[in-house]
Amino acid sequence: MREIIILSGKGGTGKTSLTGAFAHLAGGQVICDLDVDAPDLHLLLKPQRERREEFYSGHEARIDPAQCDGCGLCASLCQFGAIRENGGGLAIDPLRCEGCKVCVAFCPMEAIAFPEKHCGQWYLSSTRFGPLVHAQLLPGRENSGRLVMVLKQQARELAQARGAALLLCDGAPGIGCPVISSLSGAHLAVAVTEPTPSGRHDLERVADLCGHFQIPLAVVINKYDLNPEETGRIAGFCRERSYPVVGRLPHDLSVTAAMLRGLVVTELPDTAFSLGLKRTWSRIKGLAGLGCQGNAAPGGES
Amino acid sequence: MIAAVASGKGGTGKTTVTASLATVWGGPLVAVDLDVEEPNLHLFLRPTIEGREKAHLTVPVVDEARCNCCRACADLCQFAAISVMGSVILTFPEMCHGCGGCFAVCPEKALSCGQRELGEISWGRSGPVDFLSGRLRVGEAMSPPLMRRVKGRLQQMLGSVGGDAIIDAPPGVSCPAVNAVLDSDVILLVTEPTPFGFYDFRLAWQAFAPLGKPLGVVVNRAGLGHDAVYRFCRDQGLPLLAEIPYDRDIAAAYARGRIVADLSPELRETFLSLRGKIGDLARQCRPRKAVHA
Repeated sequence: MREIIILSGKGGTGKTSLTGAFAHLAGGQVICDLDVDAPDLHLLLKPQRERREEFYSGHEARIDPAQCDGCGLCASLCQFGAIRENGGGLAIDPLRCEGCKVCVAFCPMEAIAFPEKHCGQWYLSSTRFGPLVHAQLLPGRENSGRLVMVLKQQARELAQARGAALLLCDGAPGIGCPVISSLSGAHLAVAVTEPTPSGRHDLERVADLCGHFQIPLAVVINKYDLNPEETGRIAGFCRERSYPVVGRLPHDLSVTAAMLRGLVVTELPDTAFSLGLKRTWSRIKGLAGLGCQGNAAPGGES
Repeated sequence: MIAAVASGKGGTGKTTVTASLATVWGGPLVAVDLDVEEPNLHLFLRPTIEGREKAHLTVPVVDEARCNCCRACADLCQFAAISVMGSVILTFPEMCHGCGGCFAVCPEKALSCGQRELGEISWGRSGPVDFLSGRLRVGEAMSPPLMRRVKGRLQQMLGSVGGDAIIDAPPGVSCPAVNAVLDSDVILLVTEPTPFGFYDFRLAWQAFAPLGKPLGVVVNRAGLGHDAVYRFCRDQGLPLLAEIPYDRDIAAAYARGRIVADLSPELRETFLSLRGKIGDLARQCRPRKAVHA
């Protein structure tokens, strides 16, 4: 079983629209939405939920005002500025609490409780393109890296049980904790970028991250026609670093048109965009060692 | 006044809006890039960098001559950054959140301060605007500690020169995004009128509305998709402060690194008006009813 993770660094370059179309083209493989913070893939795949699990991670400290004598030791120890005077007593701001337990351990009155933190839900669902493992972090909660690990574990078990050849993952923007978690164990990362100053800058950072964890990287340049010079610079960067450019896709409103209908773009009649996307998918399969169908050259654009 | 520009979904135009507002602001302003994982504001404001410094997190280093492996630190640590196996103590500095609990709890005073590099903070000027940015070290997982350092420097800058700040926040609705807006007076939510944009916009509203700060909405790429975001704003009483039309020419100019407010007198007027409305929103500063997600 091979694992492919779709990334971008910069948000809004088209990760989820492309992942949805790849799920369609792959057909019947296991799909996983690792952007647990702001997941959107379900808007295209319309999953039927078959299993729902609550996700708990870490703890949060809570002061019992009846037991607190207001000595302030907790506030002086807290490195996160989470404990403040609040209308006559000390209170912990849950948004600033890191869950480190220092206040709990040192409170002389044992006035601080430390309950587990409910952070969200995860789901196993079926979709028209295969099973989907996905989640929703409660807005404002942390620990998305741990939730990413839970999803990957579930998705791997499911893929093995079904004898699936592929686990296709939609990643989060950025290069921090959820993205690092989503890279672990991946056979290939595909970065979707766009020819803008931000797109190129963020691609370079996500490429460095993949290099740091020794994950092979391929690049898709979406909306390449918005700025042909920048597209050239991105292609030059990829050549220099030996990252295969597996697709150059035009700026095309058919992606939004499909999204508005709850479809992926390859379900609409062919356009230059969707034909390019099909060639891109063939190249990605070749790079991931999934067997190369059609006449696409493995290892980048011909 | 500190205004934070946030979004939920990435790529809706936070940096575009931040850079444009900085261009038309008038009066002393610090433009702050708190999207430390993927900082982009400098690509548009093109500041002259006047200084930079590395930011570090204090992590424990064990003095094995003093440590008697009592396990007090490992038992307290919630992040698996210290572990004791028999008579061996191991630290995992990359897991450390910097809470200081191990230092405080160690009865033998066997821990000294080490450092993990979080990233870099840089500052400078872009025309009349002060500029401040954080940049996470590639491979570092935690952005909130670096963001706290950047915000600390912002307080120093505002303390010495006064004026306003505008914060370019990271996408998403979890800890980094909440951290970026936590100390602001006004939150701008930038969205696009598409199903993805609207879904993530609603998540952002659920995350940020309980903070009780005034919220305003900017719709970018107006005319592109559907009208769900407008109906939602009307139903929730969320003020729609500005619309930036969908236009391939705007997208192409952005792709060349142009600031959208500089593209036409109409767009400049859009951002001037937005700047005024942000000020009005901050001045009203009426406590909002807390909404629980």
